[in-house]
Amino acid sequence: MQVETLGTFGIIFGVLARFWPVWIALAVILFFSLRFRERIGLYGQLFETGVGVAGVLICFFWLFTALFAATVAPFDPLAQFPIMKNVLPGAIEPESGQAFLFGGDRLARDVFSRMVYGSQIVLIIAPAATLFALMVGTTLGLPAGYYGGRIDSFLSFLANLVLAFPVILLFYLLVTPGIRETPIPQWMAGVFFIFPIVFFVTLFWTRYRSRPQLLAIQLAVTLLVGGWAYLGLVFDADPLGIISISSNQLNIFVAVVFASSPGVFRIVRGLVMDIKTRDYVAAAQTRGETPWYIMLWEVLPNARGPLIVDVCLRIGYTTILLGTLGYFGLGLAPESPDWGTGIKESSRLLRAYVHPALPPVFALMSFVLGLNLLADALREQSLKD
Amino acid sequence: MIYQEPMASLNPAMKIGQQLMEVPLIHDNVSKGEAWRRALEMVEAVRLPDPERMMRSYPHQLSGGQQQRIVIAMALLSKPALLLLDEPTTALDVTVEAGIVELVKGLGKKYGTSMIFVSHNLGLILETCDRVTVMYSGEAVETGRVEDVFDRMRHPYTQGLFRSIPLPGADKNERPLIAIPGQLPLPHERPKGCNFGPRCQHFKEGLCDAGEVPMLPIEGHERHHSRCLRFDEIDWNALPEGALADKQPIEPGKPMLRIENLKKYYHVAANSIFGGGDTKTVKANEQISFEARESETVAIVGESGCGKSTLAKVLLGLETATDGEVVLANEPIQSTAVEDRDTGTVAGIQMVFQNPFDTLNPSHSVGSQIVRTLEKFNVGKTLADRRQRMLELLDLVKLPRAFAERMPRQLSGGQKQRIGVARAFAGNAKVVVADEPVSALDVSVQAAVTELLMDIQRKNKTTMLFISHDLSVVRYLADRVVVMYLGHIVEQGTTDQIFAPPYHPYTEALLSAIPIADTSVRKKHIVLEGDIPSAMNPPSGCPFQTRCRYKDQVPGGKCEREVPPLKDLGDGHFSLCWLDDDVLKSMEPVISFDAPRKTGKPARRQGKAKAASQKPKAKGEIRPIAGGRKPVRASAAGLSAVPGSSSPKRVQAEAGGGRQAASTRVKPATAKIGKDAKPARMRKPKQPDDLKLISGVGPKLEARLNDLGVYTFAQIAAWKKAERDWVDDHLSFKGHIERDDWVKQAKALARGGVEEYMRVFGKKPR
Amino acid sequence: MASPRFSYCDEPAEPYYGGILQGDFGCSTKFKVPVAEKLFPALGATGILMFWVMVVMVPVALLIGVLAGMREGTRTDRTLSVASIATTATPEYVSGVIFAVIFASWLGWLNGSAATATRQGISFYNFTLPVMTMAIYGIGYIARMTRASMVEVMTQQYIRTARLKGLGFRAVVIKHALRNALIAPFTVIMLQFPWLLTGVVIVEVMFRYQGFGFTLVEAASNNDIDLLLGCSLVSVFVVLSTQLISDVGYAYLNPRIRVQ
Ligand SMILES: Nc1ncnc2c1ncn2[C@@H]1O[C@H](COP(=O)(O)OP(=O)(O)OP(=O)(O)O)[C@@H](O)[C@H]1O
Ligand code: SF4
Ligand code: SF4
Ligand SMILES: [Mg+2]
Repeated sequence: MQVETLGTFGIIFGVLARFWPVWIALAVILFFSLRFRERIGLYGQLFETGVGVAGVLICFFWLFTALFAATVAPFDPLAQFPIMKNVLPGAIEPESGQAFLFGGDRLARDVFSRMVYGSQIVLIIAPAATLFALMVGTTLGLPAGYYGGRIDSFLSFLANLVLAFPVILLFYLLVTPGIRETPIPQWMAGVFFIFPIVFFVTLFWTRYRSRPQLLAIQLAVTLLVGGWAYLGLVFDADPLGIISISSNQLNIFVAVVFASSPGVFRIVRGLVMDIKTRDYVAAAQTRGETPWYIMLWEVLPNARGPLIVDVCLRIGYTTILLGTLGYFGLGLAPESPDWGTGIKESSRLLRAYVHPALPPVFALMSFVLGLNLLADALREQSLKD
Repeated sequence: MIYQEPMASLNPAMKIGQQLMEVPLIHDNVSKGEAWRRALEMVEAVRLPDPERMMRSYPHQLSGGQQQRIVIAMALLSKPALLLLDEPTTALDVTVEAGIVELVKGLGKKYGTSMIFVSHNLGLILETCDRVTVMYSGEAVETGRVEDVFDRMRHPYTQGLFRSIPLPGADKNERPLIAIPGQLPLPHERPKGCNFGPRCQHFKEGLCDAGEVPMLPIEGHERHHSRCLRFDEIDWNALPEGALADKQPIEPGKPMLRIENLKKYYHVAANSIFGGGDTKTVKANEQISFEARESETVAIVGESGCGKSTLAKVLLGLETATDGEVVLANEPIQSTAVEDRDTGTVAGIQMVFQNPFDTLNPSHSVGSQIVRTLEKFNVGKTLADRRQRMLELLDLVKLPRAFAERMPRQLSGGQKQRIGVARAFAGNAKVVVADEPVSALDVSVQAAVTELLMDIQRKNKTTMLFISHDLSVVRYLADRVVVMYLGHIVEQGTTDQIFAPPYHPYTEALLSAIPIADTSVRKKHIVLEGDIPSAMNPPSGCPFQTRCRYKDQVPGGKCEREVPPLKDLGDGHFSLCWLDDDVLKSMEPVISFDAPRKTGKPARRQGKAKAASQKPKAKGEIRPIAGGRKPVRASAAGLSAVPGSSSPKRVQAEAGGGRQAASTRVKPATAKIGKDAKPARMRKPKQPDDLKLISGVGPKLEARLNDLGVYTFAQIAAWKKAERDWVDDHLSFKGHIERDDWVKQAKALARGGVEEYMRVFGKKPR
Repeated sequence: MASPRFSYCDEPAEPYYGGILQGDFGCSTKFKVPVAEKLFPALGATGILMFWVMVVMVPVALLIGVLAGMREGTRTDRTLSVASIATTATPEYVSGVIFAVIFASWLGWLNGSAATATRQGISFYNFTLPVMTMAIYGIGYIARMTRASMVEVMTQQYIRTARLKGLGFRAVVIKHALRNALIAPFTVIMLQFPWLLTGVVIVEVMFRYQGFGFTLVEAASNNDIDLLLGCSLVSVFVVLSTQLISDVGYAYLNPRIRVQ
């Protein structure tokens, strides 16, 4: 049975049109950013260079695509339309009259929709995992850099061990059935997810100990929110039933956090070793501040520049990692629309059909590129200060 | 061109020899052997020991002074006609600096090279240069012979500079430093007309801000130009309002801080790559004992690495002592780290840090940092209380209250340092340790911060430990001085005891090494050989024995074997040296004034003049400035050397003039201390001259001169250097510059009255 | 259980891991041979691949980095910088697909599979794609490091001193800047090894090259525990030894450390 197809122009126009909510959102953001450029600090300065603008735009583009995925994508990413198997870009699905803008894949799903929904997976897991890795790395890196000595040697040894272990092997080990069935991932999740709670509790405790009312409120909020998330994520026992995570996803999450925490650890440790020689740290010591106060309130805020840059790079790196996982079919469900899985599926049939491979490839590349450009621009700007 | 940081000027990955050889290889296309020979010759010329070995070393194996010599050698290898030295000694210690300065002068003579010497250190310029150009905000504002510019300056900025540095005549009680108000304008917001206008006390609307000010020649001076429109209207001897202060010398109270046999050793791993293994001991502090009383200022001086900061760390509890005792107000604190001290003790001893760009946390607002300090010290009960107290502290350090909301990066260096001072005094500290609090600031701002610090100290009766390597500042503000070398206290005593013989050999060298920007000062010239030994590997016996020039006067080579005892020279003056009394007695003063036969010690604390007036208020510094030390360069004094032949000529002239002579190494100062060069008295004549005609003499001073039996112009005109010094000592007005001028004015007036005066000075007397 | 676990290789009945110390890695269930027999040829194959990757990657990356960092802010610098950022954003499985599409599917110049390389020896035709794919990702990273370090070195005073001596720009760069600028990238290249291993796995799987990575994936997906353990051990060993080499080399390059 023959399906009708759109021409090249039709495809381009169709794609641009499908992204309409994204364009609107971008325009709004751009307008406000340029308008208030002077007043928004570092973010505003990003708009001074071409690289910065490109980075910001690409990152926002994917962010909004993820947000408005349901509107942008014409089809369900998992829905199969047997007639559309391996169709070329622009083929029109007869029932709905919508086009398969980037064609159909081996299982007759819409490649365009899968790409759009894939962004959701990436944009949830990559930043979240990076943030957790940031928490873990920071909480361990601060004392290692600040105290030095034995604590440092021990933690650095651990970090180097994890870093020396090839990531891919780590993943294979973590997601092999043998290990997946043990409670190890859950333990690790339990350990990793406790870090943010500990971090915030210490943060408030050290600073506001002399103001009990304020401290009580802060601690209560931290413990409530943190505990709730903790129950949901680690034990899948959220009393409200809002947060839940499948054990597969938990595994991936844990693996990614595990693999990228040592990197954060090393950066934080290096920064702390540098910053702790400053006079204002000595000044804090001479007025009798506790070490943790100094680490969290005197040292950490001044490490934020390089850390922000690192977070940007690291989200990109995590995205690549997720892609790798997808490519090897580790952890994620085989039908999941994420980009890595998409690349794996299509690269097998590259000789026959090229078109299903390209959209996820370019999506991943552009997103990581955007993050890298952003990081580069941020680095330039923060060096200027 | 020779830069400030010698280490950075040499390629770390290339051997010295190779780097030197490159120069003849490129310039003269000579063979390798020839290049090596020339390089070696030059290394010898810059007087480095063991040239062959030097040529085969990497830069990091050399000390800072040696590196700088190599850089100079490299510059000279290309046989330049003009050599540009950009603060070549700023990164070096004073005693090492003295050696380099001597070398540079000698080489200039030997090779006939003209040199441009860029520096902010006026004393150094006086010692090295013939002509000087003072720059301000991107322009040369005054240029002329060193003598003219230093003694008869004709630009308000130059004068301001000289008034804000502690010359030997300054005294914290009677003649405090006068800071130049305000700040250097940023390059893109320079004012219209005279750049110095906003900070100039002689500013005249309509004239100074009318348009570009040209360089005007000054008549009667040789090639002396000034970029000031009013230089011939200004009374160059008048003091700005409130320059003379009348403060009671402080009476030290009860002992506040006692340090007894303090030791601090660090253990460092000998091999840093593989860690572990055997450790080496760095003896950062050895046998430190001294005492500081209430409201007293004790200065700790010494060169880099002598253990000053380590001492401060132990006092503050950042490190604990290895041995010995530190007693703060009857409480031993030597082995209590700061975390274990109670709030009172912590608040009782506080610190002002060296680097203004580091002392405040860039991430928190100024106000919140002070409030946090108050919170830690349990000052005030509520947040509102503390905010109030914080605002009061801002008032105390003379900053506008609006600064509370500012972030540190919006403040200038001086302003940050003020906040640092406020923070140190927040908990009513009993002892404040100031670790080089002004050395990183612009000269004109230094004065303001120093004065502020001392004002608050005076008010609060705080004990201050002032750590510094700058003896001029120490002489100005300290009551007692402790001199350190390689972790030992080598000499301690009152300021007068330290600055007058008998000296410890190290103190003597240190004193002679500091450049003083005063043309009438003459110094004995002592250049120490070699560099400071490493604390990791100190010499046996006396710590100073590797560089001491008195060593051979101690019999039996005891210096090399045993650590000398702390010799009591009376009145709390101690010296760590084997030298016996005879040698000590024969020591001559290092610094003396320019008098042929007799002279007084520099005018200090004997002065009794009571010119009632207010302390100058150092206002200004309101404008935030972004840059670091960079702008200083623009305001620094520079010098232009004229053709090659001028250097040797000049040195001769100088030698004749009686200042230190570069050619002779140790020139015994002939001056003896003479207390009684009183001006000749006379009975009151029937018609005493109106001494007030001399600008600089007011009714008060006239009365005082009359008391001394001085009534006529002729008398003053007959004053010689000795008398002028006596007057300096006993009246303690301004500085020698003025008295010099008095004599000239009096001469004119005695010769031909007002007419003659007008002819000579081109203006009416007052 | 007195009989051997597997019939195809002789092995003690009880799993005995101490044998690893004597070079005995146990038995592979997938390939039905002792692990060592499978592992070492695979390592050899990967070694060849790595060699070519290094040969391509390191000089190109250093050249790009030095050219870009030599004169900061020029058009060359900008272009090269953006290009190297772009290549860091392109992991192997992305560039591999793109290259395969372009060179194998469209142009037909190169072979999209390196399977033949294992049996018939390597050739330009079957080996270029894997090498290119792996090199591209590393080039960007190393080039950026080199550029940063080069830019820093070029602002140092001893470079100014060298120019004031009268040396030409080229001579300054080659004699004075280069050695100092290469110290940092050297460590980076060495620390790249854990990453390169991931790349090896991807590339070998993608182009069906029977090397170490291919073996690893086969082992993992077939639950071949002994082989997997063997692979892990070998890779950790490789990584640790490169780090050691990197430390030693760093000390050699940097005279400041060497002498102390
Ligand atoms: N934490 C430490 N570990 C080992 N050695 C140290 C340590 N801190 C200081 N030292 C050594 O102790 C000696 C004294 O150092 P200190 O900082 O007190 O000198 P300083 O007189 O303040 O010098 P500067 O004038 O340069 O500030 C130096 O040789 C220094 O290298
Ligand atoms: S021109 Fe006017 S403002 Fe400028 S220095 Fe002279 S008197 Fe002061
Ligand atoms: S003890 Fe000897 S070496 Fe030491 S200062 Fe005295 S004379 Fe010099
Ligand atoms: Mg110090």
